[in-house]
Amino acid sequence: MRRRRGLVWIAQHAIAIALSLMFLGPVVFIVLTALMTDEQALTSRLWPDQWNWGNFAEVIARSELLTWTANTFMYASLATIFMLASSIPAAYALSRFRFRGSKVAFLVVISAMMLPPQVVAVPIYLVWARLGLTDSLWPLILPMLFGDAFSIFLLRQFLITIPRDYTDAARVDGCSDLRILFTIILPMARPAIAAVALFSFFYCWNDYYGPLLYAGVDQEGWTLSLGLATFKAFHSVQWNLTMAATLLVTAPVIVVFLFAQKVFIEGVTLTGVKG
Amino acid sequence: MAFTRREGVRALLWLSPWLVGIAIFFVYPLASTVYFSFYRYDLFTLEFIGLDNWRYAFSDPRLLQSGLNTLWLVVFMVPAQVLFALGVAQLLTKIKSGSGILRTLFYLPSLVPTVAGTVAFVYLLNPATGPVNQALSWIGITGPDWFGSAAWAKPSLTLLALWGAGNTVMIFLAALLDVPKHLYEAAAIDGAGAWRQFRNITLPVISPVLMFSAVTGVIYAVQYFTQAMIASRVASGATDSAGTSFTPGYPDGSLLTLPQHLFQTGFRDWSMGLACVYALILFAVSMVFTLVLLRQFSRAEATS
Repeated sequence: MRRRRGLVWIAQHAIAIALSLMFLGPVVFIVLTALMTDEQALTSRLWPDQWNWGNFAEVIARSELLTWTANTFMYASLATIFMLASSIPAAYALSRFRFRGSKVAFLVVISAMMLPPQVVAVPIYLVWARLGLTDSLWPLILPMLFGDAFSIFLLRQFLITIPRDYTDAARVDGCSDLRILFTIILPMARPAIAAVALFSFFYCWNDYYGPLLYAGVDQEGWTLSLGLATFKAFHSVQWNLTMAATLLVTAPVIVVFLFAQKVFIEGVTLTGVKG
Repeated sequence: MAFTRREGVRALLWLSPWLVGIAIFFVYPLASTVYFSFYRYDLFTLEFIGLDNWRYAFSDPRLLQSGLNTLWLVVFMVPAQVLFALGVAQLLTKIKSGSGILRTLFYLPSLVPTVAGTVAFVYLLNPATGPVNQALSWIGITGPDWFGSAAWAKPSLTLLALWGAGNTVMIFLAALLDVPKHLYEAAAIDGAGAWRQFRNITLPVISPVLMFSAVTGVIYAVQYFTQAMIASRVASGATDSAGTSFTPGYPDGSLLTLPQHLFQTGFRDWSMGLACVYALILFAVSMVFTLVLLRQFSRAEATS
């Protein structure tokens, strides 16, 4: 019996190590390639002959990477701030008020969340074109003023777990909705709010479809995703530079994660809640 | 009842920005998409053509191909990702030492920006000098062409999806750790082995979480766009900026998905009426799966 348990232990750890290598392997090769010289990146030798740290500087000098970073940062932070301002009140209403149609409203939230963005793309594009806002990132930022279905859904799932007694007691004491939201709900919902803010920021940071549709052809207005997608084409065979650019785009995300690990894991777990 | 009506008014007030948003970005465009599907429209001229767009769509071989590709993703990629994530999560519950590091390690790739991850995979799997095929050659295997061959392109994207499955792993892990311990103890006393414990206790308890993630996985597979687009573009070496032509789907249309075909038709060829037909087909497909999810939610709400 003990023997058998030992074998299971070994098997489990062997699989865990193999999986770790599988998850880590791509990262190792990307880093190694990013540090190769142009000539070596064309060969099949995997370990850099000499460490070419200048690749990163070269990527920054030869592309609009800094402009793209600034654009992406503006897009992600404005969209996230607008999303919070519009989605928290909606989630508050869906979780606190008993009214006819509340169930329907929640089902509409889920349907909107599941709608592929491409389905409604043509008419919405035409509206932005008429307003003269295509060739900018505003068509991606401004809609966030009207609530984001995924964020409303997540916030609502969290807010319904706050016992009604708290808010009912405050209401009996004559508190307004606004005061209840700011003094009771917001402090208690801090983990959920942090999670949706992070998710929204990362969604925008990674978004490719949205900027592809709206950012236009001028590289000055691009985001990191757009820039990186065409990077390989402009630096045709230079895999080393492409990998260096890939790392530069990824690094900020990883740094943020390492500082806010707990918020992430809690938030991800929240998305798995099934009502 | 008066109380409820007053709450209704307040709810309406608090929901009003979002309701306006639903009207502008959901109801109006959906109705408008139906309208445009009967017209020829290229941003300049609008001409009523009846059912011509619909007729053309159903004889368009690329629509069929993109539909089949999307179906492939639903049938193979989504189950592969769910099963893989479940296996990894189950393993993580068993491992005591270093599980924190393992968790971080498995989760991190899911944070890598989609474009960056896809570009990296095209490099790792490139047939000539890519590390994966080299590693395979050391053990005497000639690796496939991966993103360069129509047969291997979608399996390559599936590998990318498994690499980025950390999100789902974390969700499953949380669900597995929530299963009451005493159930397992009772089963062990009754002499149930590991497999029977998994089948008769673990699976029933976590099935709502599994179901939720399978359905959302299917919905994301229906929307699948970025990874396929980037893989085609980088593997074929094409640019798509001003004026240059790039037809998504390389190699041989094997990575063309429904949303890409729609995008190409509407915003590169500017056949916006036809794109609206594709949009409605995409809507119908995604609606089927959304309804499954809605039914599950109504049931969950009813029981809670």
